[in-house]
Amino acid sequence: MSVSFTVNGRKRTVEAEADKPLLWVLREDLDMPGTKFGCGAGLCGACTVHLDGEAVRSCQTPIADAAGKQVTTIEGIATNDLGKRVVEAWTALDVPQCGYCQAGQIMSATALLKQNPKPTPDDIDGWMSGNICRCATYLRIRAAIRKAAGLPAEMADASALPSSALPSPATNAEQLA
Amino acid sequence: MTGTVSVSRRSFLVASVAGGAVLTLDASVVLSAVSSTAPADVLNAFVRINADNTVTIGAKNPEIGQGVKVMLPMLIAEEMDLAWEQVRIEQTDADEKRYGPQVAGGSTATPRNWLPMRQVGAAAREMLVMAAAKTWGVDAATLSTANGAVLQASSGKSATYASLAKVAATQTPPDLAKVTLKEPAAFKIIGTSKPGVDVPKIVKGEPLFGIDTRVAGMAHGAVVKCPAHGGTVASFDDAAVKAIPGVMGVVAVNSGFVPEGKNDTLVIVADSWWKASKAREKLAVKWDDAAVTGFSTAKYEADAAKIVAGTPQTSVFKAGDPDAALANAAKVITADYEYPFLAHASLEPQNCTGLFKDGKLELWAPSQSPANGRNETAKFCGLTPDDLTIHLTRIGGGFGRRLLNDYMVIAGQVAKAMPGKPVKVLFDRTDDFRNDFYRPAGWHRLTAGLGADGGLVAFKDHFATFGTDGKPIRAAQMAPGEYPAPVVPNVDLGVTYMATNLATGWLRAPSSNAMAFVFQSFLDEVAEAAGLDLPELMRRTLGEARELPGERAKFNTGRARGVIDAVCKSAGWKGREKGRGFGFYFSHLGYFAEVVDISMAGGAVKVDKVWVAGDIGAHIINPLNALNQAHGCVIEGLGQAMIGQKIVQEAGAITAENFGDFALMRIDAAPREIAVEFVKTDFPPTGLGEPALPPVIPALANAIYSLTGKRHRRLPLEMV
Repeated sequence: MSVSFTVNGRKRTVEAEADKPLLWVLREDLDMPGTKFGCGAGLCGACTVHLDGEAVRSCQTPIADAAGKQVTTIEGIATNDLGKRVVEAWTALDVPQCGYCQAGQIMSATALLKQNPKPTPDDIDGWMSGNICRCATYLRIRAAIRKAAGLPAEMADASALPSSALPSPATNAEQLA
Repeated sequence: MTGTVSVSRRSFLVASVAGGAVLTLDASVVLSAVSSTAPADVLNAFVRINADNTVTIGAKNPEIGQGVKVMLPMLIAEEMDLAWEQVRIEQTDADEKRYGPQVAGGSTATPRNWLPMRQVGAAAREMLVMAAAKTWGVDAATLSTANGAVLQASSGKSATYASLAKVAATQTPPDLAKVTLKEPAAFKIIGTSKPGVDVPKIVKGEPLFGIDTRVAGMAHGAVVKCPAHGGTVASFDDAAVKAIPGVMGVVAVNSGFVPEGKNDTLVIVADSWWKASKAREKLAVKWDDAAVTGFSTAKYEADAAKIVAGTPQTSVFKAGDPDAALANAAKVITADYEYPFLAHASLEPQNCTGLFKDGKLELWAPSQSPANGRNETAKFCGLTPDDLTIHLTRIGGGFGRRLLNDYMVIAGQVAKAMPGKPVKVLFDRTDDFRNDFYRPAGWHRLTAGLGADGGLVAFKDHFATFGTDGKPIRAAQMAPGEYPAPVVPNVDLGVTYMATNLATGWLRAPSSNAMAFVFQSFLDEVAEAAGLDLPELMRRTLGEARELPGERAKFNTGRARGVIDAVCKSAGWKGREKGRGFGFYFSHLGYFAEVVDISMAGGAVKVDKVWVAGDIGAHIINPLNALNQAHGCVIEGLGQAMIGQKIVQEAGAITAENFGDFALMRIDAAPREIAVEFVKTDFPPTGLGEPALPPVIPALANAIYSLTGKRHRRLPLEMV
């Protein structure tokens, strides 16, 4: 079937089976691999995107359900102020280890702060518990969400980072051809 | 890249100019690694000085989240006297002839590369200084370097590295073994926090990982494997699959873990992975699995219970006369411990992309050990290793899973079957759970004897594990130096091997992740019988500072005591207290002692805080990343203990399908605080990917005992 929807502000139309998940349409048909495949069952959160502003698991969202809707992915999240704050906090606190889950973490965290701008530690843990980080960067995820929310750092955040100030990030070169 | 570097025992450095004011250094050096008895490691690095005075440094090791892509270039940049802002980092391809060992495993990157990478940087710096001396007609001894420039203080002259690159390339390279390295007090980069080089791309969703590989015209493969491990394809009917529009074919391959000539994997190739994946339900396969369906968790458990009650098949370490010592002991303590098979469950499912063209195979591989993958893939593709080009992608979690290269072997054969067509093979989550290389289960019957003075006089273990022909299979062994064996006069570490059809493998802190739980929990029981707490029992048995012999590395009792004392001090350890537990373990050259604080919340155990003290030598190269690694180790260890992780096997097959059957730690179970302290000692720095993991498991089990009075001797712990 032909499905039209908006991705990060751009109107897209794809030909796909009606039950093909949004995840695979993004990755295969639209060449947007930022949204990650982790479990295919809505259990890990790696594929989290926003559908009309709500966090959804794109592996559990048939493309037919996205018809006419606004999809925001990790590739576009920093174009709004809140998403930008979250991404900047993630970078400033050097949250990722392997980084594979982090697109989903950032999408979930942004959705949290949208509906709960000043979350408590329990709010953060409750909301973010649908997103697995296999490397277990959870202490920094909590600290980054508080930073993005403009909340004072918890006492516990001190153990998430070394006491020395953080330098600006290094610039990566392109991978060797 | 320019030039080729041949490997020899003579250290050398080759420089050449490639395209304008660009200095390219290929350095190759042969050095012994951790100790003089370790095999010599061949290693070289790749440095390029760009016209804008930025310096591109090749990061040679696979990046699995351990931070090596930043850490190794830090060592080179330090000795080159670069400002970090000048540094650009490139992931190199897999090419051990050029770059030396490229393995993400065993926490080896730091001890292997600490000297050689610095020597490469120092040699480059010396050549640039020589170039300035020649250009200015001055004595090189009057020159210094800083921030990517050579300076002469007396004249005020300075020149950027970029401006000196052409002349530097004509200098005779110094002997790497004789270059002058900085005194640690002069370090400006080592010991400072450097964020992950790929983080700006990760947060934008840019393609970095193996699964993100996109090659023009690429096809996609989904795998079908025998449910029972080791089963092979007897026959299959792909007519219904081939009738699906977009399906290109079905390729039968050998994953590298069944005998040659047989196939254990069918790969459906289509123009979309989603399509190939869905097509699997239409593939009719008959499996030849009669030899492997008799294996099950229930059978292992029943067999192990009988085995540990009997006489061991063999011993890995014996000393004195433990039976006589036990007969004369004032107190005898005995207990059975066990732990299950575990999966790695890296979040990026196994995948690899291949393109076979003109007799050559090009691979994009998220592999922790690409050199092994090259040899195995070449073998199963009927190619020579040199026919393969392997690009290293960022890796969405390793944990040891990707030290074995089945995904590469599979993708190589599929690509070879479809010349000219790039193919990405991708496991789904169930494939990933069911075709892992599992941390092997184990069962232990432990017995300890205390003398009249409370001293530990005898120690016995009967370890039921997995092996063939009287030898352990991969990752199923016990080390002869398992503590406290080296400090007890009468010891027998006995072993009996069982058969399994499961392929086993190394899971982060292999062997140690299980043995720490068994031995440190049991020692907590022994300590209690002796009227002590575990830190005190450890201090008494460790004795004065000295080196105990080890299989791979000597165990320094002084360093062990150092971290035990440090964690007890920072945590305010006051002896046995309700809700606190302690654990110590030495693995991968790192000494770690940890204290876990727990409480009961809603009838369940909650981990409130973990205290970590670690000794990995004189320097923490990148403190920012070091903390992340320690946190990851601690939380992963807690996950192995407290959320029911267990791989269950029935009729030869793994039952787990997804994260609902095999849980991973989630944020709400992670402790709110993990206080990490590094005890710096005058030893070369060692790795941090693994050694902080093992002690947290017994520390948790011991904390639960202190709180509830119930001694948990089986992983996963039954959390009350």
